[in-house]
Amino acid sequence: MRIGFLHSLIRKEEKLLIGEFKARGVELVMIDDRKLAFDLFSGPDVDLVFERCINHSRAMHGLRLVESTGVRCINTSDVSRTCGDKILTSLALKEANVPQPPVRIAFTEASALEAIEQLGYPVVLKPVVGSWGRLLSKINDRETAESILEHKAILGSYHHSIFYIQQYVEKKGRDIRSFVIGDECVAAIYRTSPHWITNTARGAVATGCPVSDEISSISLAAARAVGGGVLAVDLFETDSGLLVNEVNYTMEFRNSIETTGVNIPARVVDYVLEKA
Amino acid sequence: MKECPVCAAQITFSNDTVVGELLECPDCGTELEVTALDPPALAEAPETEEDWGE
Repeated sequence: MRIGFLHSLIRKEEKLLIGEFKARGVELVMIDDRKLAFDLFSGPDVDLVFERCINHSRAMHGLRLVESTGVRCINTSDVSRTCGDKILTSLALKEANVPQPPVRIAFTEASALEAIEQLGYPVVLKPVVGSWGRLLSKINDRETAESILEHKAILGSYHHSIFYIQQYVEKKGRDIRSFVIGDECVAAIYRTSPHWITNTARGAVATGCPVSDEISSISLAAARAVGGGVLAVDLFETDSGLLVNEVNYTMEFRNSIETTGVNIPARVVDYVLEKA
Repeated sequence: MKECPVCAAQITFSNDTVVGELLECPDCGTELEVTALDPPALAEAPETEEDWGE
């Protein structure tokens, strides 16, 4: 069996995944996205491509180009497009009746300000395409809203003028990251931080979180909503139940193996080989 | 064994080092990318881009 491993930089996650493939005797064909030049017709000579790019844009387009040559991919380009765009994710969740915080999307400073006032302070303004908790703004009052919206409209590139506004959820210092592989929620962690942003890339501490029926159920529903595969789901705990914050399609798990006791890369590789 | 391109510290590759792998120089802390194995080569890792990460 030949698996194409679509990548750029090899981080700890990719190293662990490569090790698991090699331990199973799988022939890995390393495909560095920085060296590719597609002609629309030629695809890699592999049974399946497994995507682990660091850039969202390259992953999404690379997957679509590979799929067009008849080679299946995990995750699919559709999943990458949906998960990489917060508006598309919110739509997918809504259409599948998966609970999420209230959101508004607006295209101008004036309409964004009106939407923020409708939602009520505080709100969180997010880039539609973004990662690692970067460029998130918690807006506590109208004056701050006006200032940030103006800065984004004037200083940002055009896609920062698409305003994705989420009602702020008081999460009491932590959120939950669950890991879905196929039809199973295999593990979950709490991500705890004194900062309101609880990404581990921003210093939040990971600890084990038992996978309750509620966590499993909403995580699987969120994963199905975006197309399924190998996904990490970020959840907020609220008095009225769990809400899905976002779904990640090239999940990072370096802090979640020892904390959960689950060999996540091994489970991922088992799934990929089952699908190949 | 290869020199860090920033501080010239000696950096040892392990048996399972792969091209594209990120390493941190133990002396200066610079993030480095393995750009070749035979012969071994290192370069400063690229700067974080806007659409990097999950």
